[in-house]
Amino acid sequence: MAQIPAELKYVASHEWIRDEGNGIVTVGITDFAQEQLGDVVFVELPEVGSEVNKDDSIAVVESVKAASDIYAPISGEIIEINEDLADEPEKANSEPYDGAWFFKVKLSEESELADLLTAEQYKAECE
Amino acid sequence: MGQRTALYDAHLAAGAKIVDFGGWDMPIHYGSQIQEHNVVREDAGMFDVSHMTVVDITGPQATAYLQFLLANDVAKLKEEGKALYSGMLNEKGGVIDDLIVYRADALGGYRVVVNCATREKDLAWMNQQIAKFDAQLTEHPQLAMIAVQGPEAIEKAKQAASPEQAAVIEQLSIFQGLPCADWFIGRTGYTGEDGLEIMIPQEQAAAFWDALLTAGVKPAGLGARDTLRLEAGMNLYGNDMDETISPWQAGMGWTLALKDEREFIGKAALLAEKEAGIEYKLVGLVLETRGVMRSHQKIIFTTSDKTGEVTSGTFSPTLQQSIAMARVPADAGTECAVDMRGKAVPVRMVKMPFVRNGQKVYE
Repeated sequence: MAQIPAELKYVASHEWIRDEGNGIVTVGITDFAQEQLGDVVFVELPEVGSEVNKDDSIAVVESVKAASDIYAPISGEIIEINEDLADEPEKANSEPYDGAWFFKVKLSEESELADLLTAEQYKAECE
Repeated sequence: MGQRTALYDAHLAAGAKIVDFGGWDMPIHYGSQIQEHNVVREDAGMFDVSHMTVVDITGPQATAYLQFLLANDVAKLKEEGKALYSGMLNEKGGVIDDLIVYRADALGGYRVVVNCATREKDLAWMNQQIAKFDAQLTEHPQLAMIAVQGPEAIEKAKQAASPEQAAVIEQLSIFQGLPCADWFIGRTGYTGEDGLEIMIPQEQAAAFWDALLTAGVKPAGLGARDTLRLEAGMNLYGNDMDETISPWQAGMGWTLALKDEREFIGKAALLAEKEAGIEYKLVGLVLETRGVMRSHQKIIFTTSDKTGEVTSGTFSPTLQQSIAMARVPADAGTECAVDMRGKAVPVRMVKMPFVRNGQKVYE
């Protein structure tokens, strides 16, 4: 069974969101998503400094099987990306919730946090 | 629930992710497709290919029948056990299926292995064509098949086999298959590595699979099988060719035995196509930047308005970049790009295969 940590928030398109406090969130893809994708071979991330809107397609994950869009789960500015993923895309498979975070967003609409799914709600999406 | 091979429980025990494949519940991988791929390139992996269809052709006119049925000529099989790759064509020269045929004297004729997804139409076609010949066709659904592939495959398979079976394995030349009691062992494969394809009564399959595990052979799924065959430049039926595509346009020109008077199904159409000029060809593509080519992506050319199409694309674990087969216009030149999600990304056209015996082979 795919891991769904209780302390994280989620969206139905299989991204997870960790609230770091001070208006910043970290985003990655879920264990369920990486299982569905199979071996990840490339990750294309947004540029630092870019402004993103909720539901924009802002990154691409290529696995051996398919290319998948990654959507901004929340609006704001990209303040940091995980450069390690360029050299070690396989981390998306082995450590989806820690080593393989994708990017950090400084929120422009903090109210959007309330729309995110809880672990329990996301679990229902995966069934 | 789909059909299950005799090794289904063994797959679950090895942690397989099971998917539907042509009506069969088959392992796509056992954790990591890339690791399984690398094991086959560097050591020895094994695939359950029991879903494939095994058919024996026997009788006084078995040879004449196969000479009429197939575009390659079984008369080339000068030695017992020798194997031949061939297309089975329709009257228009389209490929009904691709197959391997072994000269199996001890079985009274030939052993043919065809694809699983095409089983029903293949058998219907073969039965229809056999009516004019004094020959019989017998399917062997009771046989399981295990492909053991990789540089260490033969040594490890010998360790797992009985002394009699090991002696047969020892004597096989490349692309030869011989029976051993109720087994049939072929030194053939679909990976570009040395190895064996072993047909075995299904009630013995799980025990042999376990013996191979003990000998250090690692299970590999259909995902790795696909990346391995693509690196090896081997076609996949349904992707790289089908009934609307001739062998000329599918990189199978080398399988056409056209030099003598032999009549076979599709010959007239093949000759006419050659005479008129073959419009498309199958080529290898390498993407030297990031991204992965996928089937059905469009190929565009610098010096021509005509376009081509990716027939199979993937990430090559051996080369660490994306490779593909594509059908392109024969006269459009070599300077081209692949349309990836609306972006024209330059790609390099190369002569296949991409990889043989663990090494990059194209220039």
